[in-house]
Amino acid sequence: MNAPGRAGVAAHARIAAAPGGALPVLRSEAPLALRRTRAAGPWAQVAVVGAMSAPLGGDRLRLTADVAAGAALRVGSAAATLALPGRAPSEPATYDIALAVGEGGELRWLPEPVISVRGSELHTTTRVDLAAGARLVLREEQVLGRAGEEPGRLRARLTVRRDGRPLFDQQLAFGPGTPGWDGGAVLGGHRAVGQLLVVDPRLADAPAEARSLGGTAVLTPLAGPAALVTAVADDALALRRLLERGAGYLCRTR
Amino acid sequence: MHLDHHETYPTRHTCTLRPDGTRRALRIGLGGPVGSGKTATVAALCRELRDSLSIAVVTNDIYTREDADFLLRNAVLPAERITAVETGACPHTAIRDDISANLEAVEELEDRTGPLDLIFVESGGDNLTATFSTGLVDAQVFVIDVAAGDDIPRKGGPGVTTADLLVVNKTDLAPHVGSDLAAMARDARAQRGDLPVAFTSLTAPGGIGPVVDWVRGRLAAWTAAHPAGVGA
Amino acid sequence: MSTAALLLIADGRFPAGGHAHSGGMEAAIRAGRVTGPATLAAFCSGRLHTAGLTAAALAAAACGGCDPCDLDEAADARTPSPALRATARRLGRQLLRAARATWPAPHLDAVAAEHPGGLHQPVVLGLAARAVGLAPRDAALAAAHEAAGGPAFAAVRLLGLDPFDATAVLARLAPDLDRVADRATAAAAAVPRHGTDALPAASAPLLDITAEAHATWPVRLFAS
Repeated sequence: MNAPGRAGVAAHARIAAAPGGALPVLRSEAPLALRRTRAAGPWAQVAVVGAMSAPLGGDRLRLTADVAAGAALRVGSAAATLALPGRAPSEPATYDIALAVGEGGELRWLPEPVISVRGSELHTTTRVDLAAGARLVLREEQVLGRAGEEPGRLRARLTVRRDGRPLFDQQLAFGPGTPGWDGGAVLGGHRAVGQLLVVDPRLADAPAEARSLGGTAVLTPLAGPAALVTAVADDALALRRLLERGAGYLCRTR
Repeated sequence: MHLDHHETYPTRHTCTLRPDGTRRALRIGLGGPVGSGKTATVAALCRELRDSLSIAVVTNDIYTREDADFLLRNAVLPAERITAVETGACPHTAIRDDISANLEAVEELEDRTGPLDLIFVESGGDNLTATFSTGLVDAQVFVIDVAAGDDIPRKGGPGVTTADLLVVNKTDLAPHVGSDLAAMARDARAQRGDLPVAFTSLTAPGGIGPVVDWVRGRLAAWTAAHPAGVGA
Repeated sequence: MSTAALLLIADGRFPAGGHAHSGGMEAAIRAGRVTGPATLAAFCSGRLHTAGLTAAALAAAACGGCDPCDLDEAADARTPSPALRATARRLGRQLLRAARATWPAPHLDAVAAEHPGGLHQPVVLGLAARAVGLAPRDAALAAAHEAAGGPAFAAVRLLGLDPFDATAVLARLAPDLDRVADRATAAAAAVPRHGTDALPAASAPLLDITAEAHATWPVRLFAS
């Protein structure tokens, strides 16, 4: 898949989950390594490992997960993903994630944060296609710079469609050269930002109630059977706490 | 005053008829300086009229909901009949220059509570220049009080000069603050010609009476000019 | 096409309710994030390139004739805060009222009849621009202008900021407004082929986070 003359690597890792915890497809491609981990009940569980040193500038990574109707898949990662400056510093790294969940299926997509290291440039896209009766829990966390470090450039698009219609679409862009990213409208000096998205048909009848979680996080019902926790914080730990607090309210109302 | 005919929504935005062809509520604006007793006047009017008329109130506070909350605390109307409009710190903009939020509010009140006879639109306390757009209200009342100085009618200004009714409130305080009610009446006549002036003391029983009579007169004229259920 | 019509629709005095909305500025000032011209500039720039870009593209797409229902749905997906969705629809209704009175047009009447609850304001802005024969880029520019200008003038009222300073902030953003309008117009042009996913979805976390809390403040000057 490597285009001639390109410095970066191209990799496409794939997961397919079937009912009963089966994983008919589990295909790693360096540097994206996938490991099946132990899980109970109907769940299949996969950890993304070995992505520590990726993505470097110029890399093109793809990760695809298909959850069949009635299947349940949980995906996490062994450690944070570090976006690093690469062999081709003029070129951004790309990381494209495509997720699909069939009728009655459930996906929990809970990776560790992406850390945008000084001098790096990473563009991520996450595209989720949900059947009308599918359930999703998706967490996305971005940390801008290692401790005390100026961040690289990070752009993240998350598009979620349900039953073929747009449900949630959001692009975040941070770092040097991004106008206003650190001002009072966008991050206001915070260095960690994240969200937790829950899509569940049951939220159509009992929507989540909007709730402020301190001054830097909020739980909001979307225009559809879904709810979102959005948070900014000083660091990854504080961010995770805010997202979990929001998730706590959601569990209680669901 | 503009009891106009042959207007269909939305060409005129204080349309005389609802989309279904029935007569909409008469809208009366109340403005005036801070502390002159606008909200107290609205409260007194509601108490007098609520048994015989279906009424709602829109407030345009400088700080959201202060006046609306006063009306709620005093239980002059059920909560669903009181709406507060935010004004971005400029009530006169919301009642005169850009009336779109107030028009939304009056229409929502009618949608929510059913047909209304009368809607009071109260402006946040402002200076003497605050007047309502004729696109928002059918008639307006300007409320001043004797304690702010008996020279206000003489000074004039658009509110004092052009309001359909000038209310001079707190007449009970006149002896204590040295205000000359006769001079105020004389100055008001000089500024306003034949436009009416009402002197009120809301602390006295029936003190709101002259304003109630004026409102009933306006409502009768409105009803006569727009028979309910007639399509034009 | 009429440049004069663009000036009219983009004028802060156009009676469509914008004066009572601070675009998140009231909450930002309360949190101490905007205190003077420098922080105002960062705020306005951030809002312009996030919510402003998204709004500008919706406006351009509506002006270009894309289906308003699809665009409204795309706007919902791009507005996670229910308070901001309600604000956008309210401002949409207010703009539609003003536009129908100012530029009577059958397609605006049809929109009002089909969507009594209102459409997101940028969609209505695009439809109004279409009614007066403006081009998609004009609609995008008007939306971008509002995205940066609304909070700036709210800051003047809230902070007692020198209005010359605030206007100078906006003047320095002028090239950014043009760039945002260009990007928005290009994205909108792709909608007929690629659907509304082609529209930008740039968002600003703090605007979404603070909007909900602001909507519940018992005492506030601005509606949003």
